[in-house]
Amino acid sequence: MNTVFNYAVTFASLCFVLAMIFALIRLFRGPAAQDRVLALDTLYINGMLTLLMLGIRSTSTVFFDMALLIALFGFASSIALAKFLLRGEVIEP
Amino acid sequence: MTEIELPLWASVPATLLLIFGGLLTVIGSLGLLRLPDFYSRMHPPTMGTTLGAGCVLIASMIVSSALMHRPVVHELLITLFVVMTAPVTAMLLIRAAIHRGRLRNRK
Repeated sequence: MNTVFNYAVTFASLCFVLAMIFALIRLFRGPAAQDRVLALDTLYINGMLTLLMLGIRSTSTVFFDMALLIALFGFASSIALAKFLLRGEVIEP
Repeated sequence: MTEIELPLWASVPATLLLIFGGLLTVIGSLGLLRLPDFYSRMHPPTMGTTLGAGCVLIASMIVSSALMHRPVVHELLITLFVVMTAPVTAMLLIRAAIHRGRLRNRK
């Protein structure tokens, strides 16, 4: 069963990398600015999942902290960009 | 790749959850790439971010619990954070899209 589990880990990593490539294509091709922001948000989440896959594969806890940091930064950057698209500035006086 | 020795009760659900989460995430990103306009492109990535990330985080929790021989619930932090922040981002982006659409129609 462990070989099947290792194959599943590899399969999931490949799936997340493919999803990152799709999001990247949308990020470059997106017609409007909000499409690009949405693609960047998806890219952040998929990168976080890829890091978690690396963490499962190497059985170390460092990747968990990195994934948490990436989720935090993705949330902050998406909120800042969406606020900028909505209002024209990020922090209002 | 390092060989992980897992007991059977951990490896079977972890395998199923990993395959399910990977497929869901790749379908969500394919929808982001293929759907025609922004409002329909808004919804497929949320499937990947909620259900796919939930599956992968539960699988990671099972695997680390089986490796450490004690319950490890660190991953609940990421799950809670993602589930809490995804609707906020989606709502702000939709509001920005509606606002910009109105601006473009007025001109």
